[in-house]
Parts: sequence; structure tokens; C-alpha cells
Amino acid sequence: MAYSEKVIDHYENPRNVGSFDKNDPTIATGMVGAPACGDVMKLQLKINESGIIEDAKFKTYGCGSAIASSSLVTEWVKGKSIEEAQKLSNTLIAEELALPPVKIHCSILAEDAIKAAIEDYKSKK
Amino acid sequence: MKLPIYLDYAATTPVDPRVAEEMMKCLTMDGTFGNPASRSHRYGWQAEELIDIARNNIAELVNADPREIVFTSGATESNNLAIKGAANFYSKKGKHIITAQTEHKAVLDTCRELERQGFEVTYLNVLPNGLVDLNVLEAAMRDDTVLVSIMHVNNEIGVIQDIAKIGELCRARKIVFHVDAAQSAGKTPIDLRELKVDLMSFSAHKIYGPKGIGALYVSRKPRIRLEAQMHGGGHERGFRSGTLPVHQIVGMGEAFRIAKEDMAKDTKHIEALRARLWEGVKHIEETYINGDMEHRVPGIFNVSFNFVEGESLIMALKDMAVSSGSACTSASLEPSYVLRALGLTDELAHSSIRFSIGRFTTEEEIDHVIGQVNNSIDKLREMSPLWEMFKDGVDLSTIEWEAH
Repeated sequence: MAYSEKVIDHYENPRNVGSFDKNDPTIATGMVGAPACGDVMKLQLKINESGIIEDAKFKTYGCGSAIASSSLVTEWVKGKSIEEAQKLSNTLIAEELALPPVKIHCSILAEDAIKAAIEDYKSKK
Repeated sequence: MKLPIYLDYAATTPVDPRVAEEMMKCLTMDGTFGNPASRSHRYGWQAEELIDIARNNIAELVNADPREIVFTSGATESNNLAIKGAANFYSKKGKHIITAQTEHKAVLDTCRELERQGFEVTYLNVLPNGLVDLNVLEAAMRDDTVLVSIMHVNNEIGVIQDIAKIGELCRARKIVFHVDAAQSAGKTPIDLRELKVDLMSFSAHKIYGPKGIGALYVSRKPRIRLEAQMHGGGHERGFRSGTLPVHQIVGMGEAFRIAKEDMAKDTKHIEALRARLWEGVKHIEETYINGDMEHRVPGIFNVSFNFVEGESLIMALKDMAVSSGSACTSASLEPSYVLRALGLTDELAHSSIRFSIGRFTTEEEIDHVIGQVNNSIDKLREMSPLWEMFKDGVDLSTIEWEAH
């Protein structure tokens, strides 16, 4: 199946791959997906005292679209407030990456990862 | 070196140039284009002669009588004709069929159709190495079992089933035994005078012949009867009507003739390349070969690189044409049902790549493949949260995943 150029770019040059220490109180971690479904995404956000996302990192097990979706999200959330980040919807991600219908779940997973990370941030407070 | 490197010979093979040359002689006005059923003139007679030669070549590869070879459009049609044809013909004796969970869809889906028609089908579990447990098979046989269908070589993992022993079990109970040999003909010796096999499906395009042509072996001793699935002019002794495609059949015959002549050479060549490939990737941590190590054809090599998802790996392996056991492109997100039947974990089933090597694969190509596989696995594991957890000593089976 043919991938869009943006997916290929993110796949070949993924932005912000890596991990933060998940025990650091300024780090929020969201892990979503399941190996059974063929994709697992881990998104970590470094959030400062005023609730601004200073940095983001991801690791993803999954297809090219899943990797691209998470890579894109790490770029998008940087500098945003938690409230702004929460508004990033899967449709925006899918549109930006021109994901075909069978890959929409990858963008949903990326949205879920942001939400899960924010949940983690709130629970840590 | 032509990129991408073709390593999907189990999906299909290029036509051998020697085969293409023979086929081209059967198309134009100058060639043997006649209808082999035309009995009244030379065009027909010449075409019929070429059909006879092809039929002999096919029979010779598998040590059968040429009168036992029925041409079809391919192994899918052969499987349909064998399974539906035998089940329907012998349905007065019983309506129970046995097959295995790891069969090709052409067998499984045909069995599903027969279930809709009132047959009962047992889908056998296989052992973790992919082989059918003969005791389990024997225990599944009943008085009303009329047909057993077990493939010779599995298309995804390359394991060879013990069709000699299965044949004994079936013959002792007078159960018709069908074997899908699409992946085995020309790759491993087949002797139909020795084997107690009643029906065997063949394909041309898996052994350097053209697509769109196959055959079904229908045993004469004992005489196996089938209900035809295609009706018409009564070609192929009534088993399969339709004008014989001379160029296709000539191609298949030539491919089978070459396969017999070159089998030892091809096997040696492919075995050496498979060993070279494994030598180049086996040091990669958490790498597993799927399927039995001993009973297998060398050309199909299915490997799981744990914690790396198959589709993204295929994307990284852009210089090669391989296939993945992970079918994430379909809406179902299901990993291969064959690998699941072996009992592989979700991660391993989603992490598999099938390399299938063939007659035209070179050492240079395999070396390039080894390099790219190593680089890609490193890169993708660096990105994999599962790999990170594994490295941190987390047991993935203890985690409650949130399925979506």
C-alpha cells in the first residue's frame, strides 16, 4: 500500500524518539494500544509549572502510519498548554498525514496517547 | 542488482525464460495456436500433441500416469474441484471432512462453503512446529469421514507435512485424501506411485511457470470419482470442461520438466542462500524461525523479530520485496492465522517476515538483505516501547493492555 510523503518522512526521520524518566514528577506518560492489535504507543510530555508542554518524546510499536502519527503529535504538542493539547483530534492528524481509511485507527491511537498522558499528569498532581 | 530484491517466490515466481520461449510458440498464426479438441485438422492435432507432452512432463515430476492429470486454472480451482467434487460425490457415505487450521484459504474457504451445504468439518490444531499431530488426526477420523485435506508444504512457514503417513491412515479407512501441493511440487520429491494420495493440487506459477494454469491429480488406482464443478464440452474426461489453453499448459509442462531436471541444483542453491541469510541475522536478539527446523523446504523462511511490528519492518526493508505475517493493512488488524495456530504470542505473530528465496536469487542480493535487516531492526527497536520494556525486564504477558 502506498503511504503519503508525510508519513514516509516521519517514518524515516522520526522526531523526538526516546524516553524520559517516568518517575520524574514533571513527566506525564501515556501508553495506549495493545500488541494483539499490532500497535502500542508511548507518549511522554514534559510539563512545566504553568501547564505548558516543554518537550515531548515517543516510542511506538506499529505500522508506518502509527509511527508517523506519534512523531507528528510530539511536534504539535510542544509549546502548547494542556488545554490546547487536549484539543488535538485524530481528524487533524489523519488529515495532515493523509491517512487512508484503514489507518484512521493510528490517528485515534495518537489522540488517545495525548489524553492518557494528560490523565497521568493530573493523577500525579 | 535490481531493486527491490525479489524475495517473495512463495507468492509467485517469474516465468523461466526457457518456459516463456516455449509458450510464445503457441500463440500466433505461425505457432501452434489450434484448439486441441479440433479433431478434423492438423492445427488441432499439433496442439493436442503439445498438450500430451506437457501432461507427460507434469506426470513425470510426480511419478503419476499422465491420464491422472486434469488441467485447471490453478491450485485454487484444483482445491475446489478436489474438495467439493469428492465431498459431493461421496456424500452418501458420510458428510464429515477433516482439514487443518493452517491450510491455505483456498482449502479453508472451500470447506466453509461445504459447511453451509450441510457438511461437518473438523479443523485440526497443529503442533507448535506447524506439523499435524498424526494421533490427533487419527482421533478425528470417524465412520462418516469421507475426505481429509492436508497441504504438503505450508505457504507461510514452509513446513512439510508427513503425507506418506497421513495417506496410510486415510487409505486404511477408505477415506479420500487430498493434498494441496502448490508449494511443494518441484521443491521436494513427490512419488505418487508410492504415496497413498488420491487427489493432489498443483500450480504452475509457483515453479517458474505462468499464472492461470494448474492441475489436479486424480488417482486411477484406486479410482477416485469427483462431481465436476465446471460443465461444458466434457474436456479433461469430464472433470473440467473448457477449451485447453495451449500456451499456458505448454508453459506449465516446460516448468515441470525443468523443475525435475533442476530440482537438485535449485535445492542446493536455495539451501546455501537460506543458510547465508540465517547466518547474517541469527545474532539479532529475540529472533525466531517459525515452523519445524527439520521438515521444511529451504525456499520459505519465516522469521519473527520480536518487538518490531511486521508492517513497519516491511516499510524499512524497502530494498526488498518480502511479505509479512501481520495483516495490518486489512481492517481486521489480525496477525497471520497460520502463526496464531502455532501458538505464537501476539507480539511474535505481528513481528514476522516471510523471506522466500528462489532460483534467481543471488548471494549478492542476500548480503544486501542482511545489511538492511540488521539496520532496520536496530532502528525500529530503538523506537519500540515493547523492546524498551523487555530490556527493562518487564514481562509483557503480565500487562493489561487496553485493546482497541
